Amino acid sequence: MTEFAYLKDQDVVEVQRGPEPGGIGGAYRAFGETLRGLKTTMARLIEGPLTIEYPEEKTPVYPRFRGRHKLHRFEDSDLEKCVGCSLCAAACPADCIRVVAAENVPGERVSAGERYAAVYEINLSRCIFCGYCELACPFDAITMGHDYEMADYDRDDLIFTKEMLLAEPIERTPLRSEGE
Amino acid sequence: MLPLADTTFAEATWIMVVKSLVIFGLIFAILPLMTVLERKLIGRFQHRYGPNRVGPYGLLQPLADVGKLLSKESFRPANAIPTLFVLGPLLPVLSGVLALAIIPWGDVQNGVGLYGIDVPIGILYFFAVGSLAFYGVLLGGWSSGSKYSLLGAMRGAAQLISYEVAMALALLGAVMMGGSLSLVDIVHAQGEMWFILPQFVGFLVFMLAGFAETNRTPFDMPEADAELVQGFMTEYGGMRFGSFLLVEYMEILVVSGIAAAMFLGGWMGPGPGFLDPIWMLAKMLALVLLFIWVRATLPRLRYDQLMSLGWKILLPLATLNVLVTAVLVVVT
Repeated sequence: MTEFAYLKDQDVVEVQRGPEPGGIGGAYRAFGETLRGLKTTMARLIEGPLTIEYPEEKTPVYPRFRGRHKLHRFEDSDLEKCVGCSLCAAACPADCIRVVAAENVPGERVSAGERYAAVYEINLSRCIFCGYCELACPFDAITMGHDYEMADYDRDDLIFTKEMLLAEPIERTPLRSEGE
Repeated sequence: MLPLADTTFAEATWIMVVKSLVIFGLIFAILPLMTVLERKLIGRFQHRYGPNRVGPYGLLQPLADVGKLLSKESFRPANAIPTLFVLGPLLPVLSGVLALAIIPWGDVQNGVGLYGIDVPIGILYFFAVGSLAFYGVLLGGWSSGSKYSLLGAMRGAAQLISYEVAMALALLGAVMMGGSLSLVDIVHAQGEMWFILPQFVGFLVFMLAGFAETNRTPFDMPEADAELVQGFMTEYGGMRFGSFLLVEYMEILVVSGIAAAMFLGGWMGPGPGFLDPIWMLAKMLALVLLFIWVRATLPRLRYDQLMSLGWKILLPLATLNVLVTAVLVVVT
C-alpha cells in the first residue's frame, strides 16, 4: 500500500477478474463463449435489417426541421408577403441572401406593403440553414421548409431566385407525425 | 506405381470428360452465388441488407464484381519476381479444382459414378493437393516484394504448421471407422449412422482446422484485411486478386464437401437415387452457412493464439480421438 499512499483505503477496490485463460478450463469456456457469440449473431439475423433504403424510403423529418427556404404569398389576395425590407439579409450570418427592393406601382401591386422585393436570391451553397432569416422577418414572408434534397451539379444552380422560392415545393419530404 | 483410380471400376473416357465438365460447371456456377450469399447473410447478421442493387435481390452482383476485376490492370510491382508472382494465384486454383475431383456426389448409378474420380487414397490425395494451395499464399506473398505480403505469407506458414497435423488426425478417426481412405467407401460405411455422432470430436477439430485451411475468420491472419490489407494478396489486382478470392470460396466448398462426405453421411438421405447429389449439395450448403455464420461472429485470433490452439488443444484432442477410436474399432 505504500506505493499508493495517496489512496485512502476505502478507495481501493479489488478488481474483479475473470478466470485465467488457457488450459482445459479455458478451452471449455472459450467453446461456450463461442456458442454464445453464435447465438448472439443469429438473434440479429432473426431481427432483420434496420436499414432505411434512402432514395426509396425516407426518414420523416420533424415539423421544425430547417430545410430549404420558402417565400410566401397571402392566401386571399395572392400578394407576396415580402416587402423587401432586407432584414433577413442583414440577419444572415452566411451573407447568402440578396434583396433588391422596388416601389410598388398602383395597378400592378406585387406585395402588400409599400415596396416589394424585385430581386430575392438565396445562395443555398452558402446557406447554413440557421433559420435567422425566418426569425428576422417581420411578416413571416420567409420560412424554412422541409426540403433537404438540394444536391446539384452546378453551383450556379444553387442560387435560388424569388420564383423558385415562391413556387410550391414538390412535396417530397415525409413529415413526422405527432409522437413518432 | 499405384493406380490413382479404382482399377475394379472403369468408365469410358467420354463419360469421365463429361463428368468433369459437369462438376466443373456446377462448382463455377455455385461460387459466384456463394459470394453473394455470404455478403447478403453477413449483412443480415449485422442488421443490413447486403448487396441488393444489381439485378433481382442483388443476384447479379458477382457479375458486376467480375466485370470490374476483369477490366482492371493486372499490375505487377517493379520489385516482384515475375514468374512466381503470376504463379501465385494459379496454384491455389489448380489445387482447388483437383480437390473437387474426389468429392462424392452420389453412388454409381447406371454405370456412372457420380463423382469426379474415386481415388483409393482419397484423403491422402485431398491433403496432397490441398496443401498445394498453400504454395500460392507463400509464393504470392513472398514474390510480391512487399512487406505486408511477406508478413501475410509468414503468418500463413505459421498457421499451416499449427493446423495441418490436427486436421489429418481428425480425419483419421473417420477413416478407421470406414475402413478405407476412399471417400466413396467411407460414405458407404455411414449407412447405419453418420460419423458425426461417434466422431464428433473429429468433426469439430476438422472444422476448426478447416477454418484455418481456408483462411477464414477467425483464422484469417494471412489476409487480415484490417491490419495487413489482405496480407499476401496486397500487391495483386484485377483478376489475379479475383482468383485468390475465388479460391477461398472453392476451398470452403472443398472442405465442406470433405466434411459432408466424412461426417455427415455424404449423399445419404431419404428419397430416390437421383436426389443423392441434391442431398450432398444441401449438406455442403449447410456447412457453408456455418462458415458464414462463424465469420459474422468471431473476431480474428492472434497467431500465437492459433498456434497454441492448434498444438495444445486440437492436436491432443485429435490424437486422443484417434486412440479411442482405434481401441473401439479393434474391440467391436
